[in-house]
Order: sequence, then structure tokens, then C-alpha cells
Amino acid sequence: MAETRPGARAEALAAWALSLPALILLWAMLLGPAVAVLLLSFTGWSLGEAEMEWIGAGNYAQLAADPVFWTSLRNTLIYVGVCVPATVGLGLAAALLVESVGRGRGFYRAAYFLPVASTLLAMALVWEFMFHPTVGFVNQAFGALGLPVTDWLNNPDVALLALAVIGVWQNLGLAMVLFVAGLQGIPRDLYEALAMDGADGPWERFRRVTWPMLGPALVFVVSIIAIRSFQVFDTVAVLTEGGPSKSTEVLLYTMVQEGFTFLRSAYGAAITVVFLVFTLAITMAQTILLDRRAHYG
Amino acid sequence: MVDRLLGTLLRHLVLLAGAALMLTPFVIMVSLSLKPPGEIFAPEFRLLPEQWHAVENYREAFTRVPLARFLINGLIVTASIFAAQAATALPIAYALAKLRWRGRQAAFALVLLALLIPPQVPAIPLYIAMWKLDLLNTYAAIILPSTISVFGIFLMRQFFRTVPDDLIAAARMDGLGEFAIVWRIMLPTALPALAAFGCLSFIWNWNEFFWPLIAVQEERLMTPPLGIAFFNNAEAGTNWGPLMAAATVTTAPLALAFLLASRAFVRGVTMTGVK
Repeated sequence: MAETRPGARAEALAAWALSLPALILLWAMLLGPAVAVLLLSFTGWSLGEAEMEWIGAGNYAQLAADPVFWTSLRNTLIYVGVCVPATVGLGLAAALLVESVGRGRGFYRAAYFLPVASTLLAMALVWEFMFHPTVGFVNQAFGALGLPVTDWLNNPDVALLALAVIGVWQNLGLAMVLFVAGLQGIPRDLYEALAMDGADGPWERFRRVTWPMLGPALVFVVSIIAIRSFQVFDTVAVLTEGGPSKSTEVLLYTMVQEGFTFLRSAYGAAITVVFLVFTLAITMAQTILLDRRAHYG
Repeated sequence: MVDRLLGTLLRHLVLLAGAALMLTPFVIMVSLSLKPPGEIFAPEFRLLPEQWHAVENYREAFTRVPLARFLINGLIVTASIFAAQAATALPIAYALAKLRWRGRQAAFALVLLALLIPPQVPAIPLYIAMWKLDLLNTYAAIILPSTISVFGIFLMRQFFRTVPDDLIAAARMDGLGEFAIVWRIMLPTALPALAAFGCLSFIWNWNEFFWPLIAVQEERLMTPPLGIAFFNNAEAGTNWGPLMAAATVTTAPLALAFLLASRAFVRGVTMTGVK
């Protein structure tokens, strides 16, 4: 046992001393507040009230009856549902293309990754201008191509889609870089073996080696992009404020409205719990998928 | 042969078109920041202005709102956060990777658990706590919640596991204590990983909007994203030239840092566990 080794006590003491600051902060800033959110969501407390009353599932019952909450949840899921396939698909395409060319890799990688390394809020304002109904880039380009134009951010039918476009633009480079790392991890001899079999077309190479070998990276990228998309807030807060007519109301925006604008802390906490549950579900799905691959793959 | 060449050409064309689309917002941002209002709303888009208005736009961006203050705040906040994250993450990462102690499993389980919690989840309790402690509207309010980076702990632990035990044994023979080992042996070997983590920490915290928006109302404490949103509200989306000048100024530090250290950035991203 560790305890019998000379110096084991000193080592354990040092380990605790080294870990303690981080462990305390971990509890104070993350785990403790997460537990507090859960507890708070079962009370009827608003910020500033003297009494904290336990109301059980009252907030959740109220959420279930609140049309704004359902709109918000639905919008968030649509946003994620649009962003994830688009970001992952385009990110994978970009990664495959970038890896397949010899020259210019560095330039392409920088160009696609630059949105990740920019001040997103500032760029959101640029996008607001690009979506401008008359002089915006989007409508000018669409008009030139003969495509339908609209006031993107003020049209309830497409405002959420417009925000999703910004989301895809923001995260595409991240997906690409992660895929490139996955691609570089594929052993070269698999392609050589395939060539010995006489199958050397790009599609064969992709279907028989790249795609199956990229599985774990794919699961990882999908879950990272899904989690990030679920956290959509900045563009909503600055460009649409949930409108027009609630068409871009998303979970975190509703949470901030309830919890911080109306100071209904407990109700906001209940929305936070719903948000957390969805995030955990994504992570769990990821773990299960990766585990299965590890067993059978 | 011709087929191959054609294929390569086609791939470059597609990649170039994609890169052009990705860079369009940046080009438009800089272009607008150079133009007078009349040209911004001209029906035809031109890359460069006919009449240069750059000086006026940038001067207005810095005088209409305390833009320099926002940038300094951004540096204060990101630097303090990274210093705190590194100071807390390195020791525990070493203890988790290289020391034998009861509770190591439990401590690591806590780190993994915390990795599952999105940063927005603690917001309401933290806000209440800071309100009670009268900390809202201070630098501390912006910095404190980010002082711990679970991702950083995880990343550094993974890295420390690859450091040979002999190196640590030799340091102990030389009479170094565990604290000295962390800062004098482990830190220097970990510099590339720490640089990658630093780049990511810088991007994330420079961009952080959700929490500062909640914790801070005063103009003098605003970070760049908060400041530019404030500017946008004040101008109600009409004064595009100065607004785009401010956007350019707040994006430039990140973009420049990225272009200078793109390898470290990309390494940091890919170390998140794809391999």
C-alpha cells in the first residue's frame, strides 16, 4: 500500500496542498453554484426577497405551461439542428480539401480559422450590416444571383436562420481544424493497402478508409459544435433581442431575461436546469457512441 | 497527369471561394471603417472609399465611447484570468498526473464532472453571491468566475503524464520539494502546452460576453465586447463608420495574436482530445 512507502505521507500532504486551491475554486465557482441552481429551481425566490419558500416542482410546472419557454426551446433546437450538420459538413469538406492540396495549406487554414479567433461580438455587428435590407452584402449578392431577398433579421420566418448562418461562419474553422487533426491521425499504410487492392479513386479512399477511421473525431466534433450551438446567446442579445415576435428567442436569452432582467431568480434557475440537462444529454450521447466504437471498432 | 492538374486546380478554386466568403466580413468591416456615411449607404459596394474618412471614423470611435479603456480592461481581465488559471491548474495537474495520494481518483472525478458544466450554468447563484458581497460592478466580478479552468487542468494533466518520471526523481534527489518541482521543473517543460492553453484562454475570455453583461453595468469596467455592444446601442445602428472602426480595433488584437501564433492556437484546439 501507498501508506507504507517511505515519504508517502509527505507526498500525499504535498499533493493535497497543491490541489487545494484549484479544488476550492472548482467548488466555489462551478460545482457549488451548479448544485445551488438545482436547489434554487425548487423555490419561489426572486432576487431581494427575504424569505425563500420551497415550492417543489412549481417552476417546472409553470415552464411547461409557458408558451415563451416552448418557443425558446424549439428555436434553440432548430438553431442547433441547422448549425450542427452545416458546420460539421462544411468543416469536413474544408478539412479534406485543405489536406489534399500541397501549397497554400497555411493560408487556407488561417482564413477558415480567423472567425474563431476574432471578437465575435464585433463581427456580429458586421453581420448585421451584411444583412442590411438594401446595402447589405447578402441581399446584393442574392439580388445579383436572382435569389429572393428580404430584411433577414427583421423577418420572423428567416431571422433564426440568419443567426444560424453567423453561427456556422463562427464555428466552421474550429470543426475544420479538429477534422484535420483527425485526418492526420489516420495511418498512411491503410491507403497503401487499399491501393494494393486496386481501389485508388478518391471516393473509394474516402468511403473505405477516411470515413470509418474518422468516426471518433466525427463524434467529438459533432458534440463540441452541438454544445457550442446550444449556448447561442451573443448574436441574439445584440442583433435581435429574441425578436421579431419571439422568432429568435433561445434558452439562454430567456434565462437571462427571467433571471436578470425580471429578477425572477428561481424561474431563471429552472430554465438553467433545462439547459444543463440538454447539454449533459449531448455529452452522454457522445460518450456512449465513442464507447461503442471502442468495443466493436 | 492533366486530370491530376485539373483536380488540384479545382480544389484550389473551391478552397479560394470558401476562404473569400469566410474573409468577407473582415473585408467589409475594414472597408466601412474607412468610409464617410454617404458612401456606406451607396447602392454599389466599393472596396476602397472615394473620399477617405478613416481618421474621422477612428477618432470618433475613440472619443464617443472610451474605447481605449475597453481595450485596457480587456487586457487586464484576460491577463488576470490566465494568471489565476495557470497558478491553480499547474499544481493540481502535477498532483493528478505524477503524485500518489488517496483522493486522487476523487479529485480527478470532480474535474471531469466540472468539465460537463457549461459556464452559463453557475451564473444565477454567482450573481446572487456577488450581489450579497457587494462585488457587482468590479473587476473582481468579471474575473472571479473564470479563475478556474477545468479545461486547463485537464490539458495540463494530460501533458504532465508524458513527462518522464526520471526527471522528477532526479529533481527530488537534488533536494527539490514538490512545489519547487512544479514551478522549476514541470513549468519549463510544459511551456508549449501552456502557450497553447494561454492562446485559447485569451480568445475565450476576450470574447466573453454573457457573464460581463450580467456582472457589469458601468462603462469604465466594460470589456471590448460589452463596450462595442454599448456603443451599438447608443448609436442605434446608424453610425456605421465609427462602429466598424471600433469593431476593427477590438478584433485586431485577437486576429494579430492569432496570425503571429497560429501554430500554438491550432495545437491548443487539437489538444482537446481528438487524438
